[in-house]
Amino acid sequence: MEIKRQRLDSGDGTITDFRLRQMQARNMLRGEITDEDLERYVEERVLTTTVDKAVAWAQGNSLYPLTFGLACCAIEMMSIVGARMDIARFGFEAMRASPRQADLIILSGRVSIKMAPIIRRLYDQMLEPKWAISMGACCSSTGVFNNYALVPSDKFMPIDVHVPGCPPRPEALMHGILRLRDKIQGNSREGWRQRYEAIGTEELVEGEAPLASANINVFKPGDTAGA
Amino acid sequence: MPDATGLELTAQELRDVDADCVFDTTFQRGRATLIINPPKVMTVLKHLHGKGYDFLASLHGVDYYPEEPRLGVLYELLDMKQVDRISVKARVHTEAAHIPSVTELFPGADFQEREAFDMFGVVFDGHPDLRRILMPEDYEGYPQRRDFPVGGEPVLFTFNEQQNYGKWV
Repeated sequence: MEIKRQRLDSGDGTITDFRLRQMQARNMLRGEITDEDLERYVEERVLTTTVDKAVAWAQGNSLYPLTFGLACCAIEMMSIVGARMDIARFGFEAMRASPRQADLIILSGRVSIKMAPIIRRLYDQMLEPKWAISMGACCSSTGVFNNYALVPSDKFMPIDVHVPGCPPRPEALMHGILRLRDKIQGNSREGWRQRYEAIGTEELVEGEAPLASANINVFKPGDTAGA
Repeated sequence: MPDATGLELTAQELRDVDADCVFDTTFQRGRATLIINPPKVMTVLKHLHGKGYDFLASLHGVDYYPEEPRLGVLYELLDMKQVDRISVKARVHTEAAHIPSVTELFPGADFQEREAFDMFGVVFDGHPDLRRILMPEDYEGYPQRRDFPVGGEPVLFTFNEQQNYGKWV
């Protein structure tokens, strides 16, 4: 491609588009544009949106995660702020040491039943709006430590995004955080069944009634009641 | 390790101190074990301590279900000068799981006795602060006993995902 260098006023007296816009802006600031000219000027330059959308856009691009690690997943979590993953590209790099300043908690590791009330308290201390990511198999389903000592995080607090893996690679966590950003900004993607048009492929045993649901003490997304 | 003969001599020495403190001895794969009468644990450990076994390397519980008495408390002693080890095993019933505490003799046994209490429910009489150490204080049951349910969450596959606690649709 040929690159042409051009003077802003093109040198021969004719005013280029860019120069014209500069002059218009100057005139507008001086108050020299009026009536139809002013209306056209505003129409060309102003983008309208709702406050909610603008706020969501800002929130989604400036998440402050809580400095909080639980187990081996925390090592992977730490690496996302490093140079290779560099979460600062998306504005999530400011790890806050206090739940009062944080608006994202990443549960990175196994949650024992002794730790669960402490995590719940930290989550309750965070200011609204707040989000939570459950990172790794242990935190989402107790994983390989499926025994008397652990509790899955959905049982005691609402979780927005689950990141699978044991432990998830930093890229996976990054993907989870970007999914959370999509969710905050209101363009939440659908689940895999919707995406791959696979509704109706659930494997239900024929003629067997579903087991009685064990949905005790379970929080729905966004439900922070009972805090 | 004392050899099999040395173990018998040690057992005989202990029987001279107190006639019914040692029930039996086993010598297996080079590991010498004294099986003792639980209430006499301090007599035995004091004597061994005087013989040079002055380091309690480990104190732990075992559940021998379905054998009776079910629970075992093991003391692994180490003689640091001779580099010699000996195990002391006491068997207690689950109904009356009591054994004297050895924190007086080995202060390091404090947390290990608490752990054995937490996991197996062995009560160490005379322990200065016998509380649960790993599980929450209001936890019910002793999770390392063999008859304790494994617990945990059912593993979710696609066939049972309808019962998933995380599924809200």
